Amino acid sequence: MTVTDLVSYDDALATYDPVMGLEVHVELGTKTKMFCGCSTELKQDANSQTCPTCLGLPGALPVVNEIGVESAIKIGLALHCEIAEWCRFARKNYFYPDMPKNFQTSQYDEPIAYNGYLDVQLEDGEVFRVEIERAHMEEDTGKSTHVGGATGRIHGASHSLLDYNRAGIPLIEIVTKPIEGAGERAPEVAKAYVAELRELIKALGVSEARMEQGQMRCDVNLSLRPKGAEKFGTRSETKNVNSLRSVERAARFEIQRHAAVLSSGGTIVQETRHFHEEDGSTTAGRIKDNAEDYRYFPEPDLVPVAPAREWVEKLRAELPELPRVRRNRLREEWGVTEHDMQSILNAGAVDPIVQTIDAGAPADQARKWWMGELARRANEGGVDLAALPITPAQVARVCALVAEGSLNDKLARQTIEGVLAGEGSPDEVVAARGLAVVSDEGALGTAVDEAIAANAAIADKIRAGKIAAAGALVGAVMKATRGQADAARVRELILERLGAEG
Amino acid sequence: MPGITREEVAHLARLARLELKDEELDHFAGQLDDIIGAVARVSDVADEDVPPTSHPLPLTNVMRPDEVRPSLTPQEALSGAPAQEQQRFKVPQILGED
Repeated sequence: MTVTDLVSYDDALATYDPVMGLEVHVELGTKTKMFCGCSTELKQDANSQTCPTCLGLPGALPVVNEIGVESAIKIGLALHCEIAEWCRFARKNYFYPDMPKNFQTSQYDEPIAYNGYLDVQLEDGEVFRVEIERAHMEEDTGKSTHVGGATGRIHGASHSLLDYNRAGIPLIEIVTKPIEGAGERAPEVAKAYVAELRELIKALGVSEARMEQGQMRCDVNLSLRPKGAEKFGTRSETKNVNSLRSVERAARFEIQRHAAVLSSGGTIVQETRHFHEEDGSTTAGRIKDNAEDYRYFPEPDLVPVAPAREWVEKLRAELPELPRVRRNRLREEWGVTEHDMQSILNAGAVDPIVQTIDAGAPADQARKWWMGELARRANEGGVDLAALPITPAQVARVCALVAEGSLNDKLARQTIEGVLAGEGSPDEVVAARGLAVVSDEGALGTAVDEAIAANAAIADKIRAGKIAAAGALVGAVMKATRGQADAARVRELILERLGAEG
Repeated sequence: MPGITREEVAHLARLARLELKDEELDHFAGQLDDIIGAVARVSDVADEDVPPTSHPLPLTNVMRPDEVRPSLTPQEALSGAPAQEQQRFKVPQILGED
């Protein structure tokens, strides 16, 4: 592997203008594959979800999955695309054992959706419009395991093993038009675009779009041209960049690498490149020469798809509020900053907070619990917030108990701890653990009297007007009641008994 | 109508992973040229108002509901495989050189 020279990012941008093209593959969340009834469930026994169709056995005939087409139309509509009146599938022919048919069923010059855009919002609030070239339907490939080489790499492997459970799972490939004019913000735009697309796909309910599970994958095409030039430079295509952070890093790296090659008088080779998570670099893959000739032709075994306009309009009418619009609306309703909203989004807390508010909790309380205690617990356990064993309705119940004075902050935390530990609903935890605030004035009064008697010196200071010293007595009472007193009420009682003004 | 060249036949043979000898290339180039010439006559008959046909039946939108149907067992799926290992299809080395 040759060491790649880079120029600094600022120097690269001083001379060159980056142009990007992003290709995103989304694995749909259908129950079955695109062209056969095999299950798409993940992590099953190798080759336990195949049939003559997805294995490409002679005589087997594919039939398209209705939900696959519907999902493609929904994605197209959400991206403001036109939906084809009539389109066909095509065979993309190639020899590689990840497809047992020796071709991938895809769409070529007749994508189901084309000419759209997605507005993405950068962290400072600036909105950048990314134009969409097309979104088309195709199928995923099987999973290869390379044996005999170093660390499972294809290079040096003696042979490979194929599991075709994934072969045939519906994919939608979404391709942008060349993204121009982003300048130094190009890597940021790339990341924001993929993030926004992921939110959109999730909001549409067509896929969970988990990048870490390969349900959403991104290829980053990038080229540089001298500033002021019209003509695009030669591009490189960095394949399978599978996290938001990596998308940004890959774009940034390629800008610096291209600039180094061009500045030293070299030429960029049109090739695919592999991204390396460890250091954010890319290395050369295969050169895209004319050997890449897929001999596309219309798939004779599948009849054309001609979505009825009534169907398309019905799907359009059912589209959910777009994520960016919804986020901005919620941000205003909750009265939080752009930055805080970003944190909420990153934590996966938007939906839990909304549901908690819907269950009756005030927005600030809902936010406090999900972004505080619960986010911490999810982080510790390495799980998603939504996967915590507590429901938004239960969090709302805890908020209600605090609001009515039955719980204080500390007890509320213990209640949530109990719910997370599987001890039941908030009310059950409160009853079982005896967590209710001591509101019996008699019991509280006794505890206050005892604290005053045990701390005569402090009591004298308070009598003399040093109100701040009351904190120590409040602490003593809270300790005596094992934290189950309402601290504000305790303070009032102390000051009352010592004749001091709060 | 332009015919098919020997170089194009060699290119197609490579894409199809067919190893053809020099004399075979000459032989097939001539044959394919005849075939393409014959098929090209369709274009003479079909006017501009006749769209290219990919599907002979006037059918569209043949779809199936998204319902799981039984798959083959792994044993059945692998029954025709020339070689297998770890319940997977075993294929020869993919990258020979470099």
